[in-house]
Amino acid sequence: MTETPKTFRWALWLPLALFLGFIALAVSGLLWPADRNVASTMIGKPLPQFALPPAVPGGQGLSTADFSDGKPRLLNIFASWCIPCAIEAPQLTQMQAAGAEIHAIAIRDRTEDVSEFLARYGNPFARIGKDDVSAVQLGIGSSGVPETFVIDGKGIIRYQHIGDIRPEQVPMILEKLKEAQR
Amino acid sequence: MRGLLILLLALFATPLAAQDSLPPAPYAYRQLDDPALEAKAQELMETIRCLKCQSQTIADSDAPMAGDMRSQIRMRIAAGEHPEVIRAWLVERYGDYVSYSPRITSLTWPLFALPLVLITLSLLLLRRRFRGKGDAS
Repeated sequence: MTETPKTFRWALWLPLALFLGFIALAVSGLLWPADRNVASTMIGKPLPQFALPPAVPGGQGLSTADFSDGKPRLLNIFASWCIPCAIEAPQLTQMQAAGAEIHAIAIRDRTEDVSEFLARYGNPFARIGKDDVSAVQLGIGSSGVPETFVIDGKGIIRYQHIGDIRPEQVPMILEKLKEAQR
Repeated sequence: MRGLLILLLALFATPLAAQDSLPPAPYAYRQLDDPALEAKAQELMETIRCLKCQSQTIADSDAPMAGDMRSQIRMRIAAGEHPEVIRAWLVERYGDYVSYSPRITSLTWPLFALPLVLITLSLLLLRRRFRGKGDAS
């Protein structure tokens, strides 16, 4: 029998080790998929300048100036055609009842659809602006509906919640709103 | 039998309304009149990632939000803005993720350095091997 030199051993096992490493990577990717949400990188930055027309007849529109009177607020990005938005409606109502002032932007929506949505699921919003070409949505780095932003009294974006607000997340969001007061 | 019937019915099911009913933004599906500006916009749109579909560029995507992004890009190009300024504007809002044209940063430099390292390494290995052969003969 010929003795193989010891130095060659690791080179022999290296491909197998690489292959096993690859399998481990693939399995971990399948079992713990990466977060597919695209977070806004506008946290800590001011809201862009905008002035949106009202989303419902007789309602008030929404502009940057509505966020600069010193009071922190929630900014809810929603749409009547978005099902998770209907699911989070009770949570928004609950937060409004707890004293949170909520402004909203309706994305790519028709006034009659927004009115019907509010009639059906309640209207916790102080003002609702209508964004037909997602311009403000792009301006604040929001990538879908629903999303909820905490805006402090100077109009600075302090926190972004992606997706519908579930009942157990209400205290956390209210806490973020309180933090924005400081 | 009942299962089959349900399966058959499922074939004709239409998804619940999960898209808006508004017409697309003005320049979502309309090219700019000036071909040079349109080419500039197209070049940028092919390297901006759709936020909804994630593995498509906004030039390829029919998502309403991608349409809104195309419209905004075309209008800003038409207004004389430089494509890289628009890209930087988007990166400021969504991070590097939104761009398909990666920058060299403290996080991404290995992507650019690794091929150079591998090529240098393989050249060295090959040189050793060829030189070895030359010695043997």
